[in-house]
Amino acid sequence: MRQSTLSVNIHMFDLKKIYTAVILLLLYFPLFALAVLSFRGGPTPFYWYQKAFSQPQLMLVLKNSIIIAFWTMIFSTVLGTLTAIGLYKKNTKAPVWFESLIHLPLVLPEIVMGLALLIWFVFLNITLGKLSVVLAHTTFSVSYVILILRARFKNMDPLQEEAAADLGATPWKTFWYVTFPFLLPAIVSGALLSFTLSFDDFLITFFTAGVGSDTLPVQIYSMMRFGITPEMNAISVIVLLFTIIAVLMLFRLRSEKI
Amino acid sequence: MPFGMPQTVSYMKKTTYPKPKLSLDWKATKYTALPGLIWFMFFLIIPLLIVLGFSFLKRGDFGTVLYELDFSNYKRVLEPLYLKIVLRSLWLAVYTTGICLLLAYPLAYHMARTDIKTKQILLALIIIPFWINFIIRIYALKLVLGESGIINHLLLELNILQEPLQLTDNALGVGIGMIYNYFPFMVLPLFVSLEKLDYTLLDAAYDLGANKRQVITKILLPLSLPGMFTGCMFVFIPSFGEFVIPDLLGGSQTMFVGNLITETFLKTRDWPFGSALSALLVLMSMAAFMFVLHRVSAATENVQDINATKHPEREHTYV
Repeated sequence: MRQSTLSVNIHMFDLKKIYTAVILLLLYFPLFALAVLSFRGGPTPFYWYQKAFSQPQLMLVLKNSIIIAFWTMIFSTVLGTLTAIGLYKKNTKAPVWFESLIHLPLVLPEIVMGLALLIWFVFLNITLGKLSVVLAHTTFSVSYVILILRARFKNMDPLQEEAAADLGATPWKTFWYVTFPFLLPAIVSGALLSFTLSFDDFLITFFTAGVGSDTLPVQIYSMMRFGITPEMNAISVIVLLFTIIAVLMLFRLRSEKI
Repeated sequence: MPFGMPQTVSYMKKTTYPKPKLSLDWKATKYTALPGLIWFMFFLIIPLLIVLGFSFLKRGDFGTVLYELDFSNYKRVLEPLYLKIVLRSLWLAVYTTGICLLLAYPLAYHMARTDIKTKQILLALIIIPFWINFIIRIYALKLVLGESGIINHLLLELNILQEPLQLTDNALGVGIGMIYNYFPFMVLPLFVSLEKLDYTLLDAAYDLGANKRQVITKILLPLSLPGMFTGCMFVFIPSFGEFVIPDLLGGSQTMFVGNLITETFLKTRDWPFGSALSALLVLMSMAAFMFVLHRVSAATENVQDINATKHPEREHTYV
């Protein structure tokens, strides 16, 4: 560390800290406000939570969200893992067009993807419902699973597999005892990620969900257009907590693997 | 959407000795990518081609589509009424991206340069809002900014104001909502890029007599251009087609291209026109993407490889 940078750092130190604190405060203030408001205004602190849980419509959409996220997770994890193994095993590079195909859902405006799938489902006569939403969610979640696994494959030492083969393991055994355990943390974080992505998605669900298959974000959106109710605060706080738990789990997984 | 998947640098040497012969070659594994390929073709490429095809068709009665070749949809898009909406959305996306970049850069820089413990805490604090449901974040913002929201409530209680501030249902509300929502999308890629940066280069520049401004403009900014690029794309592309924030915080007074597409698809059911608008949206997003990418790769050609060869052992991946 040279004198000049050091002096800059000392000089900037407090300003940087204050700036970071202000930004974080602005970022979190609405969320804290939401949490505080969810406990207020009722006879008991958890009044609005009880009320939210006794509303059949809210419970239905919560259930829909969980079912859709679950099946999206299964589909995209299996599909993404298979694809990544096919593409990146043996440390090969995937063809450029395939890589672009994987990145396409990430760069495509979501609204376009949503309506393209809407047209396609109508064209195929697939009833708009939970199935259509799962198919749509899987399409974008797969990309994330593949990208996470790609990063994992890049860190893999090919000598491990070769050593296993040298010691007499069949390719199948090599895969199950060497490759798969190595990939497992990435597969788990891919699964967790696809669940969260699906649970969080609004735009694509908005286009591809039919009557009775609305998810929680879509429901909150339509309720918000008519006004704000305290039950919505409560249900939002529950979703918020789940997200925080999921993120912390992902964080642990990713820091452990290095 | 997520991510900042950083480029990792492969540091493993390729083996030079002959590989052991496996009893069964793994060539077959490449076929496991087939279901994924079929999925992408069936649920991504074909639907997009259909949208493109629809944009050249004619609208029939009652939301049906006539299978006749027709270019009038594109002519309609260029009418002043619609062109104005497209340009307004473009402006919204540009200023959201610009302000996010200005606000996020100092934060990302600070995050990249603090000690590992603080870094991890700050990273978690930025990632959490990034993952919290978008609708819920907008909802929470409305609780704060709304006419009977917390800010107005406080200001009126303390007698600072006599009348509530109009913070939502106008352009200001849309602006605040966009920046609030897309800010973490900018911080994460910037952080990933700034974290990998080799800061001894900055010291070297100081040693060679550069002043602070020169170090920033000639070393720091060019080296972090790839991260700035990724961040800008993560903000620009979704904010260009945004329709929820204008709808919920703008009081649906001003129309943006996202609202227009949604209305033509779900309300007026004019699918050919909606498809033409979507095609335009994709085209403009991709054009912006290519344009900026071109500029960035031209600007970083010289510095890129210096940075990439340093510290190959530092490999981090963040979600």
